[in-house]
Amino acid sequence: MLIQFVLNGKPVAVDVAAYDLLADVVREKLGLTGTHIGCDTSQCGACVVHIDGRSVKSCSTLAVTLEGAKVTTIEGLASPSGQLHPMQQAFHEQHGLQCGFCTPGMVMSAVDFASRNPNPTPAEAAAGIEGNFCRCTGYQNIVKSVIAGAAAMRVVK
Amino acid sequence: MNHPAGIEGAVTNPTGIGASMRRKEDMRFLMGRGNYVADIKLPDMTAGVFVRSPHAHARIVSIDKKAALAMPGVVDVLTGEDLKTDGVGGLPCAWPVVGKGGAPTKEPAHPAIAQGKVRYVGDAVAFVIAESLAQARNAAEAVVVEYDVLPAVVGVLDAIKPGAVAVFDDIPDNVCVDWELGDKHATEAAFKKAAHIARISLVNNRLVGNPMEPRAAIGAFDRSRGQHTLYTTSQFPHIVKLLMGNFVLNIPQHKLRVVSPDVGGGFGVKQFHYAEEAVVTWAAKRLGRPVKWVCDRSEGFISDAHGRDHVTEAEMALDENGKFLALKVSTIANMGGYLSTFGPNIPTNLYGPLLAGVYTTPAIYCEVKAVFTNTVPVDAYRGAGRPEATFVLERLVDVAASELGIDKAEIRRRNMIPSNAYPYQTPVMMEYDSGDPGGCLTKALANADWNGFPARKAASAAKGKLRGIGLCTYVEACGLAPSRIAIRLGVRGGLFESAAVRVHPTGQVTVLMGSHNHGQGHETTFAQIVSERLSIPAENIEIVFGDTDKVQFGLGTYGSRSLAVGGSALWKATDKVIAKGKKIAAHMLEAADTDIEFADGMFSVAGTDRAKSFAEVALSAHFPVDYPLEILEPGLEEQAFYDPVNFTFPCGAHIAEVEIDPETGVVELLSYVCVDDIGTVINPMIVDGQITGGVVQGVGQALYEDCVYDPESGQLLSGSFMDYCMPRADHVPKVSVETHITKCTHNPLGSKGCGELGTIGSPATVINAVVDALSHLGVNHIDMPASPHRVWRVINEAGGAARVAQ
Ligand code: FES
Ligand code: FES
Repeated sequence: MLIQFVLNGKPVAVDVAAYDLLADVVREKLGLTGTHIGCDTSQCGACVVHIDGRSVKSCSTLAVTLEGAKVTTIEGLASPSGQLHPMQQAFHEQHGLQCGFCTPGMVMSAVDFASRNPNPTPAEAAAGIEGNFCRCTGYQNIVKSVIAGAAAMRVVK
Repeated sequence: MNHPAGIEGAVTNPTGIGASMRRKEDMRFLMGRGNYVADIKLPDMTAGVFVRSPHAHARIVSIDKKAALAMPGVVDVLTGEDLKTDGVGGLPCAWPVVGKGGAPTKEPAHPAIAQGKVRYVGDAVAFVIAESLAQARNAAEAVVVEYDVLPAVVGVLDAIKPGAVAVFDDIPDNVCVDWELGDKHATEAAFKKAAHIARISLVNNRLVGNPMEPRAAIGAFDRSRGQHTLYTTSQFPHIVKLLMGNFVLNIPQHKLRVVSPDVGGGFGVKQFHYAEEAVVTWAAKRLGRPVKWVCDRSEGFISDAHGRDHVTEAEMALDENGKFLALKVSTIANMGGYLSTFGPNIPTNLYGPLLAGVYTTPAIYCEVKAVFTNTVPVDAYRGAGRPEATFVLERLVDVAASELGIDKAEIRRRNMIPSNAYPYQTPVMMEYDSGDPGGCLTKALANADWNGFPARKAASAAKGKLRGIGLCTYVEACGLAPSRIAIRLGVRGGLFESAAVRVHPTGQVTVLMGSHNHGQGHETTFAQIVSERLSIPAENIEIVFGDTDKVQFGLGTYGSRSLAVGGSALWKATDKVIAKGKKIAAHMLEAADTDIEFADGMFSVAGTDRAKSFAEVALSAHFPVDYPLEILEPGLEEQAFYDPVNFTFPCGAHIAEVEIDPETGVVELLSYVCVDDIGTVINPMIVDGQITGGVVQGVGQALYEDCVYDPESGQLLSGSFMDYCMPRADHVPKVSVETHITKCTHNPLGSKGCGELGTIGSPATVINAVVDALSHLGVNHIDMPASPHRVWRVINEAGGAARVAQ
């Protein structure tokens, strides 16, 4: 069936099957491979995108539920001119990524978390990304990134 | 992030050696523009799905493809019989070892798709190819496999029992190799003189490496050129090309290209030649269409090589002053249902020689039985053999210290190799070139406030909590590996590394590296080395890797080798560029090339102000209008291969503090302090990230992760992220990283490597802390992971929570 939604600020119409997951639709049908798939049990968070501003695991979201929604993936976070979102910039500055595979989901979760908790403690930041696995960094620099990114988002606002 | 405080690095050039420059590779990952294998789409591509055995051990009676072939979109269904018909060979073992009395490693056939028998849950039995992934998945359900289920053997202790089920009919005792190292007689003699003998029995828990990117492979075949391409999630594309082309598929090397693009973490799991790589490459040629396979996570649990899985008995002989006289270790190591690429080498060559640690123990004897079981093949996982050795040694040292009533830091000091004794020959093969473990220990004790621990323990006790402190020192052998030593140890190939530096006419540089970047920051670190040597900014340097058609033969990334070996190759290549540049400058400046000096980006005639810049020399090299061609070649591109003369030996001291809730058994890790000697640091920020990440992976082994099989059926019980506990952000404490550097004496950088030391030191450190917290209950060991259930049980078996508040 044909569904229409807004993806990274642009309206899209895409033909999906009833069983198609949002992660597969953005990756395979819409060619945005920044959203990653790291598990099949909804545990790792590599697939996190925003639906109407809230972070969601796209591997567990049926695409047909998106009619009329606003979806943002990692590709839609930087400004159209290529300027990084403050959270992306914070991950760069704080060395919050190594292999980069968890990074899109991690950043999307962090942006949503920071928008609701603009001044987190380290423990709150760690709890805020508890649904995202990273095997490389040991999380320490990711927590620093979330805090620094939240601070930068406050300034931008 | 500022320059991490504790990591040494002198900075003169903001993108040179010692600078905490931000990573060049970050941008594409942050913007969702990484290029992982699963992201690749080729025209006319098909999707493949493996049908895998649900049984640990069974005879394949029949495979009926008919129903599957009739399903919509199905292109083909391939089995082990088809492999046989096409003459496809088995997967080779690249590092067999020599057992007792010169006995060879047993290397049973390892077909890429099972033939006749399946030997673990997850063993591939068929490969279904369809137009779409959904169609392939549906059709995989329709492949009818009839099995004659056989009893399985799962644990290593069961595998060596007389009359145990044999994984291979022609290996009735399941022993792959029975290996030994060290002087048995000297060790026995020392035990006879011992004033005290400390003993331990322990299990090194089996782990699943779980890089966040699941494995994936795409095969493609270009009929017009007869050219195969494999895209794969590999840490070493050249070795896959060699092993697969030469031993499995019989593809001449010039007709095979292997591309390993962005790879989402490896940790050893992606440094083997896997069956799926050969199957997609073979299938693509049969079909004349690209074939893509992407592993599901649950499929990864039953098809990625696992790590660790040892059962060990060890004894240490000490004199009355706590001096180590001898060490005796006997280990049974799991190989799984077939040999993975490096399987037998891990619990032998990468384990036994590390049992000396940083101590002067004069006599060591180690024997290892590597055994087959009906489980996924076991191979290297971050640290590979060295965490297991460190765990045995450092647990045993703690047991000895408690039994003799000697402070745990003091007993280590009494036995430590003094810094002035380097180079130091151990009784188990290795000659350590440099190190100062005592210096690392002193700093670590200070950073962790070792002496202030009793007050903190009392404060925890006042809250009803049990506090423990754990210490571990370690040494690792990295920089794999000197070919001439490794070949004596059984490896089938060299272990050098390569680099090429291509200077463009405009002075920018492309660097081709034989090592592979999958998170370690090579694109930054290697650019910093070139920036330092050639005095050009890192932004003018591009690092290329992971494509055998672009990059000269190289051995890839594992064993903390990329900097120590690959970086040394790069150093040599820049030496050659400078030497060639001097010749060009000499011609341009009408001087003798022996009079040319290169410094700060300028080639100058010694003692004069006559000079040409690097960019001018690069330009001249490409416009050689007046070159004396008989003595000066145009162009400025140099390649180097570097084979180390020894391993490198990072070492250090780690200290952890834990607090245990006796009511629940929950262990909270409060702090973790590392002081490590890793030789020259190129980028302190990246080093800090590598060490922290490694420590947390080791903490995962110590407290959370456990790969559990049902001991009867061989079913994997912890087969997904629902059951296998990965460390999460709220599990980990602040890790404090500091370096205490002595340089490697035998490579030009002086670097030793830092990728694995975190997983090597942390399991022993954390468990030593947990045992310390429980020691008043008479506990002298707890197996990993020290999960709440296990800790609670230990407390209760020792007399219950009521007894704990002392
Ligand atoms: S892919 Fe793992 S949670 Fe979505
Ligand atoms: S950076 Fe590799 S998984 Fe997070």
